[in-house]
Amino acid sequence: MSAQVVEELRERISALEGGPARVPIPTHPLLVGLLQLHAGGTYVVDSASLALTLAAGASRAGEWVGFAGWQEFGAEAATQWGVALDRTVLVPHPGEHWLEVTAALVDVLTVVVLRPAGTVDPKSASVLQARLRARSAALVVWGDWPRPDARITTRQVRWQGLERGHGRLRERQVRVDVRRGGPPLSGELVYPS
Amino acid sequence: MSARRTLVLWCPDWPVAAALAEAAEDGSTVSSREPAAVLVGNLVEVCNAPARAEGVRRGQRRRDAQSRCPDLRLLAAGEERDARYFEPVLALVEDLRPGVAALRPGLLAVPAPGRYHGGEEAAAAQIAEQVVAAGVWDCRIGVADDLYAAERAARRAEPQGWEVVPVGGSAAYLRSLPVAVLGDDGPEGRALADLLRRLGLVTLGDVAALEPGAVSNRFGDYGFDVWRRASGRSEARAGPRTPPADLDCEVSFEPPLESAEAVCFSVRTTAERFVAGLAERQLVATAVHVEATYDEFGGGGVSSRTWVHPRCFTSRDLVDRVHWQLQASSGLRSRRDAGAVRAPVERVRFLPETVESAADHADGLWGGGAAEQVVRGVARIQAMLGYDAVRVPVLQGGRSAADRQASVTWGERATGHRPVDRPWPGRIPGPAPVRVFDAPLPAEVHDPAHHRVGVTERGVVTGEPVRFRIDGAWQPVATWAGPWPLDDAWWSGDEEQGGRSARFQVVGVDGRAWLLVWRPRGWLVEAAYD
Repeated sequence: MSAQVVEELRERISALEGGPARVPIPTHPLLVGLLQLHAGGTYVVDSASLALTLAAGASRAGEWVGFAGWQEFGAEAATQWGVALDRTVLVPHPGEHWLEVTAALVDVLTVVVLRPAGTVDPKSASVLQARLRARSAALVVWGDWPRPDARITTRQVRWQGLERGHGRLRERQVRVDVRRGGPPLSGELVYPS
Repeated sequence: MSARRTLVLWCPDWPVAAALAEAAEDGSTVSSREPAAVLVGNLVEVCNAPARAEGVRRGQRRRDAQSRCPDLRLLAAGEERDARYFEPVLALVEDLRPGVAALRPGLLAVPAPGRYHGGEEAAAAQIAEQVVAAGVWDCRIGVADDLYAAERAARRAEPQGWEVVPVGGSAAYLRSLPVAVLGDDGPEGRALADLLRRLGLVTLGDVAALEPGAVSNRFGDYGFDVWRRASGRSEARAGPRTPPADLDCEVSFEPPLESAEAVCFSVRTTAERFVAGLAERQLVATAVHVEATYDEFGGGGVSSRTWVHPRCFTSRDLVDRVHWQLQASSGLRSRRDAGAVRAPVERVRFLPETVESAADHADGLWGGGAAEQVVRGVARIQAMLGYDAVRVPVLQGGRSAADRQASVTWGERATGHRPVDRPWPGRIPGPAPVRVFDAPLPAEVHDPAHHRVGVTERGVVTGEPVRFRIDGAWQPVATWAGPWPLDDAWWSGDEEQGGRSARFQVVGVDGRAWLLVWRPRGWLVEAAYD
């Protein structure tokens, strides 16, 4: 609740600062109160599950999503998360052109998940971010990115259902921190939702 | 009532006719009256009427066929030859009537003429006469509102004759046909015909009388397609055809142009001419080959690439493709000289690679297609990285995590995947892993005595896994489960693919979970839960 208030206040501030009108992008219900994706935003995550969660919200709502540089994309998991595969664009090996590929995807998709092949220099990042703001897309980076709008990090993962030698993985509880400038917001996500 | 009617020309047992024609060209004496059969493997694939009269049937073994008809001429199958010998027939009919679509070697469709040419029967007579004069003595013609009824009518016609189904009469015409005619669709059709007969459905009319929902539920897509055809609702009129050469369009620049923008500006009318040329024949292109020839003084060379469109190319799409191709082949550069091309461009050429009937691409039929702007964005990536670089993930059935998914090239249809809705015993239950490795990574798993953990023939673990290593450092195991043993494809004798294996789920103390697989050769990481 307080998180929502903070979020609203931040939005009001950014509006006062003359920032671009940032359209909210459908976000996965698991993240309610923790994070709301906005068009033009860049979000850094440290795990594949978080990247998938961020993309799934938009895909569930009927938007197109894309994944660049993610070679080991788990298609079945993506469906279980709510990603519609027929509205998904996959560029597994963008190679040296990963920045151009991401720019082309950002032009036409709603959420683009990027797994950068190497380190990102601040200049290319700012060029892409300028492009991003002109379009109605959000960029999710699984890896690192200079000055993102928010950084979502996994603090702790607990698995249920597995014993020593029997059982099977059933449920995962993930504690995450969301940092966007100020002190981090913490939340508990439970998969599958 | 539809104004456009379809004429189908059918040459029965075409593979036999083509093989005999080839034999005649090679100098052996052949007669169209001698019994002959084309074999695939050791089975009769197609035989001609004289052979059928002696008791030779499709699917018979070579020995049985020869025992029934000792002077049977045995011919090898050759799909390419069938198509090659059919090409002159296509050209011949095309001279009489534009818009010819080859359905397969031996079968072609063409929009039936209206009042001109003296009506349908006169046109059929004219076509039959020309085709017979060209040496194809057995040809039959059918005319109907839709493709399917026309094909059936052609199959009922006499040799060198024709059968015309009256306007609006397709449904009534098809109703009386026995379900056995589905056998012409191939193995799928034969299986369905057999099933329908056992259900007591004897004619296509019986199928047409069924509830459409019940048909698609019980007989699948193919069954529904049969129902649609049987009830005369088929929209299909003509299929794809490899286009004749005169649909190519090219434009030369004198002097050669040095910027991509200039080339695109000058190529616009050519692109329009190309699309219009296809449209004149009721065709659209779904794959186009674009060739740009560079000036000799600038090093020469040709940039050529095939572009595929998930719908069909408009002239604007083609101009875009030229732009992207020229840019991509000049390499990625700074923004300042992004418009420059590798060398001055002398000529641009469009060649249609796959064309389809325009009717199939009419608006409304492609409701599920990708949004226009997505298609354009993806095409730009294809220009940079190549056509195969953009994928669409699909699910399929299978046991291991990697087997359960696949991807298809953007713009192509998913085919040949294993069905998802089977039980697949031995697969790992529960939430699916978010990372699935194409090439599994090596791993190590140890028991408390620091020995490698294994699995016995009976599927029992030799020791409790307590630590594991995936890349670099060892990590203690927090919890684990397994083994899920599997003995797959043991008959292949290939240790890499088949043989004994067992899967484990292992969670490290850092909370990350892995799907590991044990094989007699060692441990591998198949997937990660993150």
